[in-house]
Amino acid sequence: MGYPHKPHDRETLVLSKHFGDREAITLDGWKKRGGYTALQKALGMEPAEIVNIVKDSGLRGRGGAGFPTGVKWSFMKPGDGKPHYLCCNADESEPGTFKDREIMRWTPHALVEGCAIGAYAIGAETAYIYIRGEFTEPIARMEAALKEAYAAGILGKNAMGSGKTVNVYVHRGAGAYICGEETALMNSIEGRRGNPRIKPPFPAVAGLFAQPTTINNVETLAAVPHILNNGADWYKKFGRPDNPKSTGTKLFSVCGNIARPGNYEVTLGFPFKDFLYDVCGGPLPGRKFRAIIPGGISVPIQTMDEAEASLMDYEGFMAQGTMLGSGGVIVVDDAQNLVKVIARAARFFAHESCAQCTQCREGTAWTTRILERIVAGEGTTEDLDTLLDIADNMTGKTICVLSDSCATPVISGIKKFRADFEALIKKTKAVQVPAVA
Amino acid sequence: MGGTDAPADTSHAHHAEPYRPVFVGERRRELDELLTRYPTKQAALLPALWMVQHDRGWVSEDGMAEVAEVLGITPAYVKGVVTFYTMYHQHPVGKHFIQVCTTSPCAVCGAEEVRDAFLRATGCEELGVTSPDGKYTVIEVECLGACGFATPVMINEEFLESVTPDKVPGILSQLK
Repeated sequence: MGYPHKPHDRETLVLSKHFGDREAITLDGWKKRGGYTALQKALGMEPAEIVNIVKDSGLRGRGGAGFPTGVKWSFMKPGDGKPHYLCCNADESEPGTFKDREIMRWTPHALVEGCAIGAYAIGAETAYIYIRGEFTEPIARMEAALKEAYAAGILGKNAMGSGKTVNVYVHRGAGAYICGEETALMNSIEGRRGNPRIKPPFPAVAGLFAQPTTINNVETLAAVPHILNNGADWYKKFGRPDNPKSTGTKLFSVCGNIARPGNYEVTLGFPFKDFLYDVCGGPLPGRKFRAIIPGGISVPIQTMDEAEASLMDYEGFMAQGTMLGSGGVIVVDDAQNLVKVIARAARFFAHESCAQCTQCREGTAWTTRILERIVAGEGTTEDLDTLLDIADNMTGKTICVLSDSCATPVISGIKKFRADFEALIKKTKAVQVPAVA
Repeated sequence: MGGTDAPADTSHAHHAEPYRPVFVGERRRELDELLTRYPTKQAALLPALWMVQHDRGWVSEDGMAEVAEVLGITPAYVKGVVTFYTMYHQHPVGKHFIQVCTTSPCAVCGAEEVRDAFLRATGCEELGVTSPDGKYTVIEVECLGACGFATPVMINEEFLESVTPDKVPGILSQLK
């Protein structure tokens, strides 16, 4: 099931080099492929040295926000006498995104190694990998890899004979999109409802169990061993020369109406047009691309003009009206009802709202009702103004960004594809019976 | 494929027999090992609830009370947590619990037809309502995180990819 595709020659394989290679799943196989040399090296270094290398590499968070990883690590103050924690966010629940799942299925030891290095670098003796409850196979692979790593003395009280303690545990979620939000994830590990927390305090001050905590995405941590083994300069070489702010390779998950869906790894800054038409094979036979949501369903929708002009990095997508986000590319073609796609996205957010904040609890549900009404052919011209008004009230006003995420496809959808909405509403008018006097 | 983690004893739904504790013997030892991983007992709440659901097929009020007891928190608190997460069953479900992803990326690839094919083939009249023979419950689930392999479907702990309506009867016939 789900075997990865044969790599395209324009891909740059770093994280995905061993996808599909069954031997790489095991500790022996992983060691034969250079596994755990980076951890061995790291445990002989000062934590600050590791943080500086990661800072210098330019690695940025691959979960969606794009925060510089080394800078995030440097917020953790050594010698404060408190226990520190590392959380690995493997909740992968942003619709359109399925890359972390492949990392855990095919290269579980890459993540164990990345977590162990990260934990040591931030002065933590314990790391928790929070995996969404539905990922039964990735959970099993990670548990098996951890068991092997403990048995081999790679983890535990004397990690790789270094005298240092590094523990890594899996914590299984139980179905909640919001637990991918960093503070909701921490509440979930603590055995609470997954409600996001008000910040400040930020996790580096008071995170998991109210102690200094760093949280990183799976893909971010899996990149760290490569950076330590090959150096920051090697990593920086991946990317476009005119944009030093986005370095390295990135996994893009591609889904929806496209010839070859799947996970692809390219250097940041890769031309999106080439990616869609060449690497992923273009549209399905007889169809045309209509719109793209390039970074998971929370980012603004792109027109094809915007998409084809985009370069695939943080700044490149920003310049074309959207965001890199998690790298979950959702492709919608001309056979789809775009308003229905947006309505279904709104229903997703309405289902996943934790209901703490009024704007989100009410706004996601109200937005869904109106959009589904329009799709059903019962919309009115006022509905579009109402939707935009609700969306405005849902943006920047809540504890976390789930509310904003629901507003985003609505705002960008109406702005860029207004005619689609109006066509459905006009249909309504056509069948309306004139009022009887 | 097929129901390796099928719920064990949904027949005790109506408390026909006294509640049998989950956390005895091997399960208790497992929980004790888990507790060494966290600085608080409460942090073992989600894993403990998973154990109850695994062994009993769902999480009953009695199950919540037992978890509360072993972790030193109140049953009301446990219930608050159980109700937050969609994967804990608060009622018995069919022997084969079928979750079809219909979020936007799968919806544009025909997920709603897959959902309908499961409803038809299982004899379930509506989503979330167990079939009269107790064998199946079908629900829509929000994004399973396998969008490139539309339509992903979970049956108990089994994760299927690239399910199309024509494959549904074959999938059901292989369930034990």
